[in-house]
Amino acid sequence: MHKLAIAAAAALTMLGGAAFAQETIKFGYIDPLSGGGASIGEGGLKTFQYLADEINAKGGILGRKIEILPLDNKTNPQESLVQAQKAIDAGARFITQGNGSSVAAALSDFVTKNNTRNPGKEVLYFNYAAVDPSLTNEKCSFWHFRWDASSDIKMEALTSYMKDVAAIKKVYLINQDYSFGQSVRADARKMLGAKRPDIQIVGDELHPLLKITDFSPYIAKIKASGADSVVTGNWGQDIALLLKAAADAGLKVNWYTYYAGGAGGPTAIKQTGLDHQVFQITEGFANSGHQPAMDFEKAFRAKVNMSLWYPRAVNEMRMFKAAAEKANSLDPVKVAAALEDLKFEVLDGGEGVMRKDDHQFFQPIYISSFGKLAANEPFDEEGTGWGWHLVSKIDTSKTMVPTTCKMTRP
Amino acid sequence: MLELIVISTLNGLLFGMLLFLLSSGLTVIFSMMGVLNFAHASFYMLGAFFGFQLTKWVGFWPALLLAPLLVGAIGMAVERYGLRNTHKHGHVAELLLTFGLAFAIEEIVAMMWGRSPVDYRVPALLDFPAFTIFSTNYPAYKIFMLAVSILIFIVLLTVLKRTRVGLIVQAALTHPHMVGHLGHNVGRIFMLVFGVGSALAGIAGVIAGPALVTQSDMAAALGPILFVVIVFGGLGSLPGAFIASLVIGLIQTFAVALNGSLASAFGPLDPSAGPSVLTDIWNVTIAQVAPIVPYLLLVIILIVRPMGLMGTRET
Repeated sequence: MHKLAIAAAAALTMLGGAAFAQETIKFGYIDPLSGGGASIGEGGLKTFQYLADEINAKGGILGRKIEILPLDNKTNPQESLVQAQKAIDAGARFITQGNGSSVAAALSDFVTKNNTRNPGKEVLYFNYAAVDPSLTNEKCSFWHFRWDASSDIKMEALTSYMKDVAAIKKVYLINQDYSFGQSVRADARKMLGAKRPDIQIVGDELHPLLKITDFSPYIAKIKASGADSVVTGNWGQDIALLLKAAADAGLKVNWYTYYAGGAGGPTAIKQTGLDHQVFQITEGFANSGHQPAMDFEKAFRAKVNMSLWYPRAVNEMRMFKAAAEKANSLDPVKVAAALEDLKFEVLDGGEGVMRKDDHQFFQPIYISSFGKLAANEPFDEEGTGWGWHLVSKIDTSKTMVPTTCKMTRP
Repeated sequence: MLELIVISTLNGLLFGMLLFLLSSGLTVIFSMMGVLNFAHASFYMLGAFFGFQLTKWVGFWPALLLAPLLVGAIGMAVERYGLRNTHKHGHVAELLLTFGLAFAIEEIVAMMWGRSPVDYRVPALLDFPAFTIFSTNYPAYKIFMLAVSILIFIVLLTVLKRTRVGLIVQAALTHPHMVGHLGHNVGRIFMLVFGVGSALAGIAGVIAGPALVTQSDMAAALGPILFVVIVFGGLGSLPGAFIASLVIGLIQTFAVALNGSLASAFGPLDPSAGPSVLTDIWNVTIAQVAPIVPYLLLVIILIVRPMGLMGTRET
């Protein structure tokens, strides 16, 4: 019966006239669906489609159903603007994007200009993964909201953990050569230097973004440096291939990463045989132990056949609904106002808040390690039999970093 | 340091030999037809995707044989029904044909296999470390890639230099009319050479697919480097392509391994000047510029020696 209803709804959308089409909330998803970022872009698309289905099954937002518009930006800022315009032309008043802070900066700027030029036709930009701190500091915009913890919040948490690991003596930094990678590198240097001045930075590498297909020359260099730990903000194929090359070469170091859990990462870690030596920092993970999150994970995996990489996307869509209902409107200006200082029980438990000053969402942060599972940890990754295990939890209040943002409000 | 040099040399040789598998076909086709085949890297991509698909159906080893044959057949069809017909309209038409073909193949591959990387794995038989050198493992599959490339290089050289077929091909490259008058079917020779060149690219695709990433933009990523190799080595020169492939493979790998920058050579700039474009350039490491090194080489060789390392005519 349920399937029939969905089929009927789908048929209606296709056949139905403009009257029906206007009823849906168009939600533009702008991320790579081709090229080096495609594997994670497609994962993100499936996640948002699942979340839209979930909300639609419960009657949508204010009685209107969400429709995700997939738009391929090829991880390219210029292409993203073309796609954003396409989304707006198709009637989208809300867009979301996550992969690439260079893209995010371009989009935030584009949306801000668009909204000044077209009053009454504003567009909101929900950022679920681009973590360059400048987006909520010097480049902040009223129209941009970020659900992922920014890079400096993550590095603050990561270095707070690393400072107590006495075995760390020599650290190697390897990052992607663009705004985000450079901010990870600068933050790591600054924060490690402040918290553990005895740690030696034995390498500091920037490599081209999503262009490298064989990381073995870089692995040889890490090996030669004598590093015992590697810190990297790499994402997408850049983390999967980096770990794969490390596995091939038999490099034995501890990995402190932002995104080792993305597509291909877990498989490569299992190959390296580094049991609980690869760490990841996230706003949630499969084995967090919070029952509603674990139920969600189970249902999500059963339907989409991948693990939930983006608990923040769940928070984003649910808060979008909450804000629209609080404002009793789908007018982007009113939704934006309702989102400000909105407190919200996040997927993995605990309260988060969308700070009014800079539109950065603050939430509990977890450090987890990848390896053999304990009895109470039901979820493995990519069929490896290994999964994420809680190492440390940082409460919302401890993640609050100051901001320099001075946004112009409408 | 020694460890880094040894491993980088191995990695560089491997990348160089892979480039050679591709550039050998391209450079022979160029000297034969006088046209740069823009679709050559696309045949490499086809090889990788056919290899992936056939590995799923019949296993890796049969795929290693079948996929290049398939790519070679497509190459021959392109020559017979495409290039031969456009030949009478001049080189520009032929060039545009291969240019269009490259885009068409990329889109067809994306339609059939999607735009994200496919899961093309190293065969289980070769999925182990071949040897350990200074505590770094070197994967057996990479040794296998190296062995296949060297084997093909030797076979190619022997056929071209030591057999009658090779003699005729060489003659057809420079004096097609004379060869025709002597009673050989020059059209068929061209078609065969084009097919063999494409098949070589296909082999490179099949063996590189599992080690690198098999996805629909792999041709576009490798294509430009190939042109650098054949221009650097000298258009139409097989030994030139061989040397250029190794040089570029090694340079790219070693550039990654080096940390030097202007700042480390001459000391940091006066900090009172503040951050500027100049400090950015000053602090850029050799590793960071590694991806553009081949193109710099291209520019330099064209200025210093326009015919390339071993070439005989001006490009």
